[in-house]
Amino acid sequence: MSEIDLRIATPVNGTAGLRAAGLAAGTVLILAAPLLASEYWINAIIVPFLILSLAGLGLNLLTGYAGQLSLGAGAFMMVGAYATFSLQLRLPDLPLPLALVVSGLIAAAVGLAFGIPSTRIKGFYLIVSTLAAQFFFEWLFLKFPWFYDGNSSATIALPRGLTFFGLGAETPHGRYYLTLGAVALITLLSFNLVRSQTGRNWMAIRDMDTAAAVIGVPVTRAKLQAFAVSSFVLGIAGSLWAFAYLGSASVQSFGLSRSYQILFIIIIGGLGTIRGAYLGAAFVSLLPLALDWLFQHLFSGHVDAGLLQNIQKGIFGLLIMWFLVKEPEGLARLLGIKPPARRRLFPSSQNQELNP
Amino acid sequence: MTTPVPPALEVRNVSLSFKGVKAISDLSFKVEAREICALIGPNGAGKSSLLNILNGVYVPDSGEIIFEGEHFRRMEPLEAARRGIGRGFQNNALFSGMSVVDNVITGLSRHSRLTLVEEMFRLPRARNEERRFRERAQAVLHLFGLDRHAATIVGTLPYGVQKKVELARAIVAEPRLVLLDEPLAGMNAAEKQEIAAVVARLNKELQLTIVLIEHDIGIVLELAHHVVVLDYGRKLADGPPETIRDNPDVIAAYLGSERAEIAA
Amino acid sequence: MSMFLETLIGGLLAGTMYSLVAIGFVLIYKASGVFNYAQGSILLFAALTFVSLTGQGVPAFGAIAITIALLVLMAIAIEKLLLRPLTNRSPMTLFMATLGLSYLVEAVAQGIMGSQVRALDLGIDDLPIFVGDIMISQFDLIAAGVALALGIGLSLLFNRTRIGIQLRGVADDTRAALSLGIDINRIWQIVWAVAGIVGLVAGLLWGARQGVQFSLSLVVLKALPVLIIGGFTSIAGAIVGGLVVGAGESLAETYLGPLVGGGITPWFAYALALLFLFIRPAGLFGERQIERV
Repeated sequence: MSEIDLRIATPVNGTAGLRAAGLAAGTVLILAAPLLASEYWINAIIVPFLILSLAGLGLNLLTGYAGQLSLGAGAFMMVGAYATFSLQLRLPDLPLPLALVVSGLIAAAVGLAFGIPSTRIKGFYLIVSTLAAQFFFEWLFLKFPWFYDGNSSATIALPRGLTFFGLGAETPHGRYYLTLGAVALITLLSFNLVRSQTGRNWMAIRDMDTAAAVIGVPVTRAKLQAFAVSSFVLGIAGSLWAFAYLGSASVQSFGLSRSYQILFIIIIGGLGTIRGAYLGAAFVSLLPLALDWLFQHLFSGHVDAGLLQNIQKGIFGLLIMWFLVKEPEGLARLLGIKPPARRRLFPSSQNQELNP
Repeated sequence: MTTPVPPALEVRNVSLSFKGVKAISDLSFKVEAREICALIGPNGAGKSSLLNILNGVYVPDSGEIIFEGEHFRRMEPLEAARRGIGRGFQNNALFSGMSVVDNVITGLSRHSRLTLVEEMFRLPRARNEERRFRERAQAVLHLFGLDRHAATIVGTLPYGVQKKVELARAIVAEPRLVLLDEPLAGMNAAEKQEIAAVVARLNKELQLTIVLIEHDIGIVLELAHHVVVLDYGRKLADGPPETIRDNPDVIAAYLGSERAEIAA
Repeated sequence: MSMFLETLIGGLLAGTMYSLVAIGFVLIYKASGVFNYAQGSILLFAALTFVSLTGQGVPAFGAIAITIALLVLMAIAIEKLLLRPLTNRSPMTLFMATLGLSYLVEAVAQGIMGSQVRALDLGIDDLPIFVGDIMISQFDLIAAGVALALGIGLSLLFNRTRIGIQLRGVADDTRAALSLGIDINRIWQIVWAVAGIVGLVAGLLWGARQGVQFSLSLVVLKALPVLIIGGFTSIAGAIVGGLVVGAGESLAETYLGPLVGGGITPWFAYALALLFLFIRPAGLFGERQIERV
């Protein structure tokens, strides 16, 4: 079994039962959350956390596992959201979960198209392609009213009264379970994928560059697959962000700063790990809260919102640099969860030595 | 009356230069099927560059390569692999964070017939293929005596063992020609003998044609059937090991430093 | 015809503003192999510092001197704390590090000096000049002149002075440079400081044109296509690349824009850059990368 990530440590005698109990309790808690936590927490903290984790997961497949740098996460999320909107609008009988999947596929196709340059371009030059996607879609979805049904504020929102599996899609319960279901399922599928031959192909491309093709890895196909799968996940994340979290969204919800945010999530959380997305998203979701709380207490609430934003920004910047210098494998390693792996991410192309 | 077997590989008038520096000048030689051919020469003589040409990493400025009777001006890396040209790297193309068997399986990548969906849902076809690949990898590990290390993380293994894993990966997809770039580099005498024995076995038991770059002349003389000497990208000598040993040009190229070793 | 020429010339001149920004990137890329995403933030920081100081009554020369001093300190800090620990890491890692750096610099700049737009008056009036039927902006012309002068000056620096040659040596082969006794760390500090000063010049001109505000740091997003097209390692390339992008954008907006509803400027340069990546991956003046296995 591949042991790159999520190794379940062989339990020492006696703790096996404890672990099973813990796992069961955790599952119950997660499933019962809407009954236990306040509506505020569900809507404002947990759901966005889950969606950001999903987005991080999507980007991690492309950037963390396959080593293809991308600043276009926002664009693919945007495509997914707008696709879901159009599908719901024009095919109202389409069940919501199916609409999400189809949106994902549309986003995957777009991702594939913008991934084609990766077969010719390497390293960080690739960001030109994903940035092109980012700017192009920001323009496209604003310019042509067809995409937002001529709505005067150019926003998209789902109609009221949508249900899936009997749950209302606008209720906190509905949003939570929809998001949870999507995230859980996609995480499982991604988990299987990264431990299969495709996952190994991706890592070979990331770690061995030219040598990967020499040893027989189908590089072109694998790169395109990475773009497609990653965009599929990001597309669904985008739909959920727009409709399960925000309620209504527009191009601004998925701008370049969103792309940065998702990239930061996986750098901080741990590139090339499944759990890295969750850790990073948790961090990114909770930091503003922590800062808010801190400043409320230190300055009794007299803090300029702009200043708070800047401080947050500065902290992120510092953390990115710190993590890259000290711990490229992010929180996943820092919190001691990952098994030790003396692996250097992204081989240096200056001295094309093959680092295992 | 056996019909003569054509050479497995022929390099014909190959030249290569980088930014004005000639790495290889008009190089020609043949490698017979099932022989071990050693490429020797001082550093910078163009040996690694030649291997890279054969694997399709570099495109020669002129000349052609004839592999198993087919002529090529240029090769694509994946195509070289598909045609049965394997490669061992100087610095090992291994995932240090993965198990030995997973590393070896990576060498079977191009034989995978699975779709993404099958892999994501771990459908029966996916599980079957994974099982078959794992069995094949285990079989190769057995050949190298690495059975007990199958689940070990590669990064924790001593260098000599890692090298064996690298070799296992190089041959798992059953190539017919294997190019080895300094397979004995960084090893002590005992490890060298071990790996040399493995290479000899691969050649004998699996009928593999092997081209290897090596600096240890002693090992080369023992192991190789055929030696090609390069210096400054040019062929200096070409023949059975005994003829190379006493060749004055070769000795001069090494500045006499190998004389004592060769004469011993 | 005159509209075409006017659009073209306007575009070319605007392009030199891009070149100005791109030159800062070329310097750093040439010396340390890094695409410095933070160049835009440093540009913003420089412009903000200048504007804040003059706003407080500091005379222009004094403000410039202080800003340059701060940029030098920044360069030293960046080299010591970020570049040195990240030696030998991949270009991607370095790039992501500069991404983080850009966030920090912006946060500090705006945190200390505020985020409102400031006007910047360099004493250059934006009067139109007429050559026949064609209208040319005086400001653009002067900016173009500055860009060219800077470009020529820096080229001379690279090719004629000792420091310049050392710089090229470091860019070419770090290890060889080390063995020659060249102090790489000092070279990097110098380069980043010079890049910062180039950023200051660019920041002042851009700031005069559109006010000093956060969007200034986004010039980095325009520099990337310029560098892809012109090459990352050549100042001449930065200038030519800027001209191509500027003219391209201008012409595209005027002639292609109406076909699709306009506003294609944000992504057109990127589409152009993508095209170049396929045709000429090293850019017009860049060097081809050689891979070793």
